[in-house]
Amino acid sequence: MAGPTITTVSEMLALDEPLLLDSGQSLAGVQIAYEAYGSLSPAKDNAVLLCHATSGDQHVASPHPITGKPGWWDRMVGPGKPIDTTRFYVICANVLGGCMGSTGPSSPAPDGQPYAMRFPVITIRDMVRAQVALLEALGIEKLYAVVGGSMGGMQGLSLAANWPHIAERVLCIGGTATMPAQNIAFQEVGRQAIMADPDWQGGSYYNTGKTPAAGLGVARMAAHITYLSESSLTEKFGRRLQNRNSKTFGFEADFQIESYLRHQGLTFSERFDANSYLYITRAMSYFDLAEENLSKGGGGRLADAFADTNARFCVVSFDSDWLYPTELSRGLAHALNAAGAPVSFVELSAPFGHDSFLLEVPELDRVVAGFLGQ
Amino acid sequence: MNALRPDLALIAAHVSPGTRVLDVGCGDGTLLEALRDKRQCDARGMEIDSANVAACVAKGLSVIQGDAGADLAFYPDQSFDYAILSETLQTMMRPDLVLEELLRIGRHAFVSFPNFGHWRVRLSLLFGGKMPVTRLLPVAWYETPNIHHLTVADFQDLMRARGIKVEQAWFLSGDSQISAGAANFRAEHAIFVLGR
Repeated sequence: MAGPTITTVSEMLALDEPLLLDSGQSLAGVQIAYEAYGSLSPAKDNAVLLCHATSGDQHVASPHPITGKPGWWDRMVGPGKPIDTTRFYVICANVLGGCMGSTGPSSPAPDGQPYAMRFPVITIRDMVRAQVALLEALGIEKLYAVVGGSMGGMQGLSLAANWPHIAERVLCIGGTATMPAQNIAFQEVGRQAIMADPDWQGGSYYNTGKTPAAGLGVARMAAHITYLSESSLTEKFGRRLQNRNSKTFGFEADFQIESYLRHQGLTFSERFDANSYLYITRAMSYFDLAEENLSKGGGGRLADAFADTNARFCVVSFDSDWLYPTELSRGLAHALNAAGAPVSFVELSAPFGHDSFLLEVPELDRVVAGFLGQ
Repeated sequence: MNALRPDLALIAAHVSPGTRVLDVGCGDGTLLEALRDKRQCDARGMEIDSANVAACVAKGLSVIQGDAGADLAFYPDQSFDYAILSETLQTMMRPDLVLEELLRIGRHAFVSFPNFGHWRVRLSLLFGGKMPVTRLLPVAWYETPNIHHLTVADFQDLMRARGIKVEQAWFLSGDSQISAGAANFRAEHAIFVLGR
């Protein structure tokens, strides 16, 4: 594509101060790996923080270093794209607990050995603490916007609720303010698959030459189904067989969907740390902004969690997303409305299920560009 | 505000500057945009159609996709100075309940609707014997979104029965304002300001 090229900066930041976590523990020596696109204006008023989802990372619009594939939101972020890097300074950090450079269970503990299960259990708010520390280190006091889908959307909401004066705009796509039981259930299936793999070894598999790839693969296969929709599976795979003319009467991947899922599980295991998966999904299942507000001394009403923010909100859901269904986004929008926050909410029609936010949905492009344009 | 539909222009002209406004059934946000840009209002909207909501978001407006019949319940009491329902009343399942909701949420309500008592409608029914299809009611009976046709007199009766105060009313014929005399016969279009 002609036009200005995207400037990508890949950096690693070491925090000077330990992070005080929701669990009461403190985590010292935290490193944050992030990418930045575009340039920060002299007034520092054009910074957009992107927060990635469960299996994402900081490689938003640059090729992934392991898979070589384009960044996960390459279609959304870049010069002239809805999140226009000729206008905005776009920052995306690998979450705390992740495995792409930010401190997580695979990072060395003070004794030099990987934390493994000694890594403290973290929350979404802890992830945001790390994001806020990064912004402070970069000298950014205000965000033009915080943008995220799924777990990224939750981080945006947590930022608005807990650091109400940082973000001027919050765009939450396919997210929720409270993790519902069905999602906790699926996440538990994933974790149990990992922990049932003998190669998991109580989490201390680093340096053993073995990783719980099979368990992590199964976790990814199950999760991947929840990101899609029945109609998109039928459309893409139907009952078609994989490179064969008849069923084998065995347990090979006879069907295309089986082969596809196995491939998804396998490639995920090659790029993702199983313990990170445990910690990140745990953080998500703990996420409940209304409950957090109660523990802060508030009334436990979701609306009260947003009482102090002046941000504008845009909440987007997809009609085919059964994992984070529209009702979650609608409830969030009503709570924001009750809090007096300027909020827009729209349910977009797209066939791809929860993953719609990552895929070709032109209406989403217009909403994102429109919301950020004003 | 040249581009505004005549009833919307009247509403926009009578909303006090700097107030909080909720436009229920705000469409693509034309009125909201005018209220925000020309009257410096904190203007919010509710709209059922997702493409319209997306258009509103693209204009930088705060609009919630929702159904006035169900989702107005989530708005706190008296949280707006004005609640607006333009050209939407006759499409509601329970217009009376929506009107009560408007006045619970807003201190005042603007309501505009096409008058089914207009002489052209009456003549059409009297001589044609068929449901009228007119400039303001352009869709045939089987596909019209207008499920509760009403006349100016019907509306005034309802206001009296519910103890709702009519603070002001305007009537339109063609795109011009007319006097209130025989409005139920002469007006194509009515705009009411309501209060408690």
